[in-house]
Amino acid sequence: MMSTSFALQHKKNRLYYALLAGAGLVVLLALYAVSLMEEEGHIITGMNNQIVWGMPHVFAIFLIVAASGVLNVASIGSVFGKAIYKARAPLAGLLSIAMLSGGLAVLMLDLGRPERFMLPALDFNITSVFAWNTVLYSGMFGLVIAYLWSMMEKRMNVYSKPLGVAVFAWRFVLTTGTGLIFAFLTAREAYGSAVLPPMFIVMSFAWGMAVFHIVQMVIYAWNDKELEPEILERKKRLLGIFVLGSLYMVVAYHMTNLYFAHRMGFERFILLDGGVYPALFWWGYVLIGNVLPLALIFLPGMKTRKSAMLASLAVVLGGFAFLYVFIIGGQAYPLNLFPGYQVSSTFGDGQIGSYTPSIYEILLGFGGLAIAFIITTVSVHVLNFMPHDKSYIAD
Amino acid sequence: MSDVQRRNFLKTSVGVAAVAIAPGLLLFKVAHGQSDDDSKVRWGMLIDTSNCAEGCNECVKACNKENGLSGGLAPTDSQWIRKIEIKDVSTGHQFALPMMCQHCAEPPCVDVCPTGASFKRYDGIVLVDKHRCIGCRYCMMACPYKARSFVHAPLHDQNPDVPRGKGTVESCTMCVHRVDEGKQPACAEACPNKSILFGNLHDPNSEIAKKIRAVASTQVRADLNLNTGVRYQGI
Amino acid sequence: MSVPGVRLLLLLLISLCIPNVWADQALPYKIDIGRGGHCVRDPVWMRKNHMHLLIHQRDLTVREGKRDKEIDLRNCIECHASTKDDSVIARSDSFCVACHRYEAVKIDCFECHSGIRKSAWLERNAK
Repeated sequence: MMSTSFALQHKKNRLYYALLAGAGLVVLLALYAVSLMEEEGHIITGMNNQIVWGMPHVFAIFLIVAASGVLNVASIGSVFGKAIYKARAPLAGLLSIAMLSGGLAVLMLDLGRPERFMLPALDFNITSVFAWNTVLYSGMFGLVIAYLWSMMEKRMNVYSKPLGVAVFAWRFVLTTGTGLIFAFLTAREAYGSAVLPPMFIVMSFAWGMAVFHIVQMVIYAWNDKELEPEILERKKRLLGIFVLGSLYMVVAYHMTNLYFAHRMGFERFILLDGGVYPALFWWGYVLIGNVLPLALIFLPGMKTRKSAMLASLAVVLGGFAFLYVFIIGGQAYPLNLFPGYQVSSTFGDGQIGSYTPSIYEILLGFGGLAIAFIITTVSVHVLNFMPHDKSYIAD
Repeated sequence: MSDVQRRNFLKTSVGVAAVAIAPGLLLFKVAHGQSDDDSKVRWGMLIDTSNCAEGCNECVKACNKENGLSGGLAPTDSQWIRKIEIKDVSTGHQFALPMMCQHCAEPPCVDVCPTGASFKRYDGIVLVDKHRCIGCRYCMMACPYKARSFVHAPLHDQNPDVPRGKGTVESCTMCVHRVDEGKQPACAEACPNKSILFGNLHDPNSEIAKKIRAVASTQVRADLNLNTGVRYQGI
Repeated sequence: MSVPGVRLLLLLLISLCIPNVWADQALPYKIDIGRGGHCVRDPVWMRKNHMHLLIHQRDLTVREGKRDKEIDLRNCIECHASTKDDSVIARSDSFCVACHRYEAVKIDCFECHSGIRKSAWLERNAK
């Protein structure tokens, strides 16, 4: 008995280091890609003067938005005092920091001059929502770390509640800031809409919750523990509600666009005849990202644990599909300089922009995921982030 | 409430109100005020599209030569000025015009730039300070005219007067190095039909100011209210 | 470690931070000063402070359009580019490279700026 459990432990240890090494390798590959991008320029990516933001931004924005949304778990615990969420607040905080680190690393390493990444802090342009975001991101880092400290150190426990409230407020502003990056682009038909910040906030709930589910289930399985089915069921339903909420926001966004005659062309492109973009939207975002998880969550007779895992994975995949369509499809549709006229030029006026992501930018994106993975895995391994539930009482 | 209390209360409220309003005012000032309407110089252009021949590319060639652009047409190549061929679908009317940075008085690129690398000079010329540009490309997202290019590959043997480099964003500088020497931008000088009139919009006696008063001119995407320095005649 | 040991170590570390150009003597490496002649300031002062002049003038020029014929990178290059290849960066003993390589300070100018004498560049590119 003793020896088998020891052997199992030994095996797990080896698996742990193997996983870390694997993730480390991905990070190294990403850094290699970055050094090539530094050497040769962005010419080796698929990005160009029409599609200026590509795959790295899809990964970075997913990670940053999910990093904000995952804190929802902590907020429900601290701000609204629900016990099962309180027990999960430390893990949520950790995931937030991990994903924020991954996302920001991708964003910075994609810059044309990454060595100057500190410049926004030195030459702060007050009208730039990008510059505001640098403050929001660094503030979020500091706040979440303080919040984690207040939860894990007994003497700091008294500050846990106010810090929880601060984090709660901060992440709303942060995701608003992320949405505003696009909302302020008045000239582009895909963006320039006041619905984007709230849309990003509701999406962050769904994506963050999905990531949290995945990590939690893996941690429980790793430690041979079983999550109480009541808890899982409740959280699964919450994910379902967030998915429905974000779907509603996306529908509202497209409906308002459809109502504006001058944006019909864009909507036709993105929903109907834009090739890869409508395909990704309908198959990737709507079917995998919404219909599938909603069915898994709300249809009766679904095995709780497996369906929760599958639903969460589907939500994450759907999130990536949505961002690809939103960011890259939104830029592929040409700017309309002369509404009502047909235009052509050597610089892509009146033409759909083409974009094929290169291996280097995809590596960079996965590097961000790997950074988040390493931070999470190492922290869970050395510190106590495992949720501790008292026997479940409905609150 | 005693007098002292009342006084303290008033003081605090005024303080709080000031702190609450100040950033807003500052933002408003930055976003809307500070236009250099009182500056003596605002360089601008008036482009006569009725004179601009379809198929003629002299302004583009002159720009490429002056600024050391390769002239390549790949989506990753820089194009500071381009000819757009325009057709009114409902009437069949066809014409062409050169499109470049419109040197807005309220430039969106300057608003969004996180480091202040995009900036507007006192004389209205909108430039990228490549010493500060981090290559985030947010200005390219914000520009309604697709006027900006990102340098995608290392450059060699640049014109000593026109520094350009990999990893930064660039666009039409209105040939600032020539303008500062009292010369015309290369495109204006090269146009065989003299369709590009360059001058000081704020000098009531300049040729461009007189002409802009006399003829109907248009701003491209005037709906965005950016007050462009480049205006078109005959659209 | 003993107190004098720590002091010695600190002293060594600090002395490592002092650039060699501060030493007011002949340079310990080969350098091609181009045409040379009268500089805009005293050469010893320039060795220490040229970057401050350049940065100050750079902001004035780019952001305010105040151009100074004297403190102009092109003017520096006009004099200091090698008479052999018209460049301040082409070889390991070129004017900028020789010093910067010795001090291990990266030059961040010539990714964008031309390192070639303008008169020579114009001659080459005149068509």
